[in-house]
Amino acid sequence: MSSATMATIKQNRRAALCKKARRVLGNWQLYLFLLPTVLYFLVFRYYPMYGLQIAFRNYKASKGIWGSPWVGLKNFERFFATADFWQLLENTLAISVGNLLLSFPVPIILALLLNQMPSKRFKKIVQTVIYAPHFISTVVMVGIIFLFFSPSSGIVNHLIVALGGQPIHFTAEASMFRPLYIGSEIWQSAGWGSILYLAALASINPELHEAAVVDGASKLQRVWHIDIPGILPTVVVMFILNSGKVMAVGFEKAYLMQTSLNISTSEIIATYVYKRGLLKSQFSFSAAVGMFESVVNLVLILSVNFISRKLSDSSLF
Amino acid sequence: MKKENRIALSRADRTFDIVNYIILTIVLLLVAYPLYFIVIASVSDPVAVYAGKVRLWPVQFTLEGYRRILEYDAFFTGYRNTILYTIIGTAVNVLVTIPGAYALSRKDLAGRNTLMMMVTFTMIFNGGLIPTYLLVLQLNLYDSMWALILPAAVSAWNLIVARTFFQQTIPDELLEAALLDGCSNAQFFVRIVLPLSKSILAVMVLFYAVNHWNSYFNALIYLKSPEKYPLQLVLRNILFENSMGDMVEDASTLAAQQRMGDLIKYGVIMASSLPLLILYPFLQRYFIQGVMIGAVKG
Repeated sequence: MSSATMATIKQNRRAALCKKARRVLGNWQLYLFLLPTVLYFLVFRYYPMYGLQIAFRNYKASKGIWGSPWVGLKNFERFFATADFWQLLENTLAISVGNLLLSFPVPIILALLLNQMPSKRFKKIVQTVIYAPHFISTVVMVGIIFLFFSPSSGIVNHLIVALGGQPIHFTAEASMFRPLYIGSEIWQSAGWGSILYLAALASINPELHEAAVVDGASKLQRVWHIDIPGILPTVVVMFILNSGKVMAVGFEKAYLMQTSLNISTSEIIATYVYKRGLLKSQFSFSAAVGMFESVVNLVLILSVNFISRKLSDSSLF
Repeated sequence: MKKENRIALSRADRTFDIVNYIILTIVLLLVAYPLYFIVIASVSDPVAVYAGKVRLWPVQFTLEGYRRILEYDAFFTGYRNTILYTIIGTAVNVLVTIPGAYALSRKDLAGRNTLMMMVTFTMIFNGGLIPTYLLVLQLNLYDSMWALILPAAVSAWNLIVARTFFQQTIPDELLEAALLDGCSNAQFFVRIVLPLSKSILAVMVLFYAVNHWNSYFNALIYLKSPEKYPLQLVLRNILFENSMGDMVEDASTLAAQQRMGDLIKYGVIMASSLPLLILYPFLQRYFIQGVMIGAVKG
């Protein structure tokens, strides 16, 4: 390489560096815009990740996180050895995997049906109504469950008795916790979930449908051969996103639905962390339990993403 | 389409439409009836509700439940607190999210990919309950309103939605022209970007406000003083701990107390959800727009 080209390369590099510096300095106001956001993420999102090392220590309030003695994996070993471990894992997975498999298809079916609805007015009414439960808070949702499924006064048991059945004490029956949890989840979120798929359906080229109609394809055939393939990428991405939440079952709802009688199925990792950590102040132990949950989640979402990229070319990252 | 080309609905398509109508009608009723039942149960005689006689219309119309709620101070304190937390919390959310999202939408921002990765990563991994709780203690936020607002100051999802909006709606040419005219980034943002972004502002306000209105978990773990409790925490006490104080004490028997309790529960459910359920149909298009912008990126 001649010294002349070396000089040009150096010059280019310096010019590039200058340009970059100018980009940063010239945009100082943009960095000011970003400052609160970056501060927020560093303080409230990343610092707690750093603070997770409490899971590897034996936390003593008097010594703080950094002064407490290092104990390695002892907290994790203790958790895996407890009698609760398998029960917790089963409860958490039963609710989350059950919820993923049962409630995932519902918004897709709703969107396909709404999309083919001939009456626009009726479609609009159905949409407005089925989106509404999304705005009900978890507290109110669980309150409604308790009122409706009450053994003596709830409308569900009135219906069961009217049909000649025996009233069921839903909220005290351990075997009823999962159906109630998942069923109410579908009731509350299936409608809202269909918005995404309706948007995907709306973006399908209408010429495909027109051509299919000319070729004499029935509605069912068009749903099967045009609509479903058209929204498949959205479906895959949503599935990846949802599978990443498999272990992170919402604490709020499970905790509110817990009664002393259904605890054998309603105690999940998140409620366990809350009780052991915040109510009994076993910070290190429950941080380890919580970390176990987060890591399993991370591994799950990354592997589903990997598999889907190999199989279908649709992926999140 | 020409008239002669129009293909008559075949028998199969008609069957499809009929089945479609039937399924969606059932879905409609399954969602609407429980909501409607809460309305009529909250204004019916509790004895009739208890006996299952309230089905389609209120029985022996009464506003007794609401009258008793109006006399319950804790409910009002909760309502007032929630309005306050929602207004201040949403203001903080929007003031932090919108400028941040705009900056992240700019292609000429050095380091933007790294920053985006930093934001996205928090959506799939987090420190969890215990370290966050200890952080709030360390920052001396325990039992303060700010414990509900600061840890929830930005939602990574909303930030990405707002950024996608700016990327789609603010053309690069507009920026170039403005910069040539000697406009600074801040001036461009305030004078040109914001007026073009009213809809995303509405989306952000709504998404964040609903979250504040409905959240109870942070209040449960960070607030100690009952006079600071937000509505959802007061509701929780009424709905699950049956802490209704003197609202039901005058009832003669335990059963009568339970019936009156149920009436009050239907009433508080109505009173707390009503603002959202009434406003929602009018604001529906903004909510939907927000979901759709989010869908673009998956």
